[in-house]
Amino acid sequence: MSFAWAKPYEPKTQLGHWIDQRLPLPRMVHGAVGGGYPVPRNLNYAWNFGVLAGVFLMIQIVTGIVLAMWYNSGIATAFSSVEHVMRDVNSGWFLRYAHANGASFFFIVVYIHIFRGLFYGSYKAPRELVWMLGLVVYLLMMATAFMGYVLPWGQMSYWGAQVITGFFSAFPVVGEPLRVFLLGGFAPDQAALTRFFSLHYLLPFVIAAVVILKTWALHIPGSSNPTGVDVKTEKDTLPFHPFFTAKDGWFVLAFLMLYAAVLFFAPNALGHPDNYIEANPLATPAHIVPEWYFLPFYGILKAFTVDFILPAKLWGVIAMFGSILLLFLLPWLDRSPIRSGHYRPMFKVFFAILIVDVLLLGWAGGAEPTAPVVAVMQIATAYYFAHFLIILPLISKFEKPLPLPNSISSSVLHGEAEESAPYGLAKA
Amino acid sequence: MGQLLKFIGIRGFAFLIGLGFIGVLVIAFITDAVNYFKEPPAESAEHALHKANKDVDFSFEGPFGRYDQAQLQRGFAVFQNVCASCHGMQYVAFRNLEDLGYTPEQVKAFAANWPIEVPTINPDTGERATRPALPADRFPSPYDNEIAARAANNNAYPPDMSLIAKARPDGAAYIYSLLTGYQEPYQGYDEPAAELAERFPEAQPGDGLYHNPWFPNLNIAMPAPITADGQVEYPEGAPEATVEQMSADVAAFLMWAAEPKADTRKNAGLAVLIFLAFATTFAYLSYRQIWAEAKRKVVAKGPLDPEHMAEREEAKAEAAEAGRGVKG
Repeated sequence: MSFAWAKPYEPKTQLGHWIDQRLPLPRMVHGAVGGGYPVPRNLNYAWNFGVLAGVFLMIQIVTGIVLAMWYNSGIATAFSSVEHVMRDVNSGWFLRYAHANGASFFFIVVYIHIFRGLFYGSYKAPRELVWMLGLVVYLLMMATAFMGYVLPWGQMSYWGAQVITGFFSAFPVVGEPLRVFLLGGFAPDQAALTRFFSLHYLLPFVIAAVVILKTWALHIPGSSNPTGVDVKTEKDTLPFHPFFTAKDGWFVLAFLMLYAAVLFFAPNALGHPDNYIEANPLATPAHIVPEWYFLPFYGILKAFTVDFILPAKLWGVIAMFGSILLLFLLPWLDRSPIRSGHYRPMFKVFFAILIVDVLLLGWAGGAEPTAPVVAVMQIATAYYFAHFLIILPLISKFEKPLPLPNSISSSVLHGEAEESAPYGLAKA
Repeated sequence: MGQLLKFIGIRGFAFLIGLGFIGVLVIAFITDAVNYFKEPPAESAEHALHKANKDVDFSFEGPFGRYDQAQLQRGFAVFQNVCASCHGMQYVAFRNLEDLGYTPEQVKAFAANWPIEVPTINPDTGERATRPALPADRFPSPYDNEIAARAANNNAYPPDMSLIAKARPDGAAYIYSLLTGYQEPYQGYDEPAAELAERFPEAQPGDGLYHNPWFPNLNIAMPAPITADGQVEYPEGAPEATVEQMSADVAAFLMWAAEPKADTRKNAGLAVLIFLAFATTFAYLSYRQIWAEAKRKVVAKGPLDPEHMAEREEAKAEAAEAGRGVKG
């Protein structure tokens, strides 16, 4: 699609010809993830997480569809229908643990994918829309995961729904009516559970559609790469198939081992024990926390403890939503023309601080909010906003980047003429 | 707004928003710090006196650990004779006891002789009635409903036991610690008991409560259920029925009740991991083969060392001269 030397699709059989003339679907696949998509040859393993995210989306959709055959979305029956799956449905325990841990691993993969994009400047021109569509996927994932967590109707499901929908009531005037409209009542109840189930089933398919748009947008400029240098010649690329299908293939299997280890040997390690207690609107858990993948945002929310012009809760909610929305502006906030963090000495340091900062926020978000923990949240939240809104725009002005390699192939192949010949020509 | 944005630019705008958030956070930080030092928060009794779970060894721990059927049977005996008088188990059926190694006949007998009957409808009159349990029935609750349970238990509600081992952090160890943890307040801490009693008078058990520092609130409405060695008769050949042994056994039984498929799960997990290990190895090898050509790069070491290469070329040339030509 993207480069002149992309290998065109050539049907190998008569049937292939026949189909290609009528419905060129194999041609499209060939151009998207086959031999017809030239990919920078220097991709490192950080680039495997896009395909992995697709794998986990599929795992979630498949296990979710089968679970929905057993799940019952009544407030009196939801919890026991999940227990029925766990105890009496053949391999039901596997389906449920695969789905619950699949959500966690989907987020692990997507977080690595996002931070790869942040480090290698994958959000910069000409891939701004790829980045923004990715953020849309991430927001949809958060909504899907939140509603999915409500479905078992355990204590954390219920109280999580109570707290998260409560964010909306922080907004003046429209907030409370909006919350009641979203929940279909004054508190999470049957109306909320049924609509969450309906939307939880719908949104993954919306995610899949946005992923298709994102892949489409990605294939216009082609994948970025660790040097951030544009692809210049055929020497710089290798066809997606067989090279990257093979690389993704073994890495996906290796990553699935990690997933299987958690799924089969510590399936509840990432969950909260309270969710094995059925929802009880009259008993508030001592310490309400969201799933681990939302903890950094929970930390941002709770960092705002003082009413200043606006109520503290509204500050927290604005900051929490803002912390994601500002990422949409990132392509215009970071104006350094250098994409890859490898060649940006100042950026590299702040990027490392950002990782520590987000981990700290996650830890603080899950810890008991004592005074020192809240202080950590406040410092970490301040750094988070400073990083994106102040530091990134400024360092792109003052930083002196390191010299870039002339081309991708010279960065990988050290300029040996024969070695850098296009694939297949070296022998001749 | 549009003109203002044009004037200061998107980065200027972002800068101001960033400063705004940071400003509010600085105010919050300072306010919190001032409050903290003005009025240091007092440590709560729960925080100071709550004890971490005791260390117990269970046979089912770790990827290779499995339930010990004999222990589960003993634990079931404890549940039957001690716990079941107040606690139900609504998600576990009598038929599930076959997992513990009981025969279908034994299970039938357990169900039929269970002291609490299950509710039913009299088929002739349509009136509410009860009947002896069948293997397909779940363990019935001793109380008709929560109100009845609270009325009989000094307004405390004995929770259902089906999932209790998963509904508490490190549940099996917690159950063991709780059952063996009844004690006089303030005992067993680094600080002297008298001093603690003065600092945390609220840790004293209230009316109808019993002190147990392993319970999150420190005082629990359930009186110590297992109080004497030999309280439950153990079969011959079983370990001695000490309080600790019975507590560990019933904790193991409740872990099984909460997670009856754990053994199946771990067996499946080992098979899946072995399969994936093979599949990953083969996929990795094919990846290496596919990339061998593209990855070849000159490094000044090993067979690709220019010196070694020169030697090889020389040897090749010699061989060709001698008529032992090497292809490639």
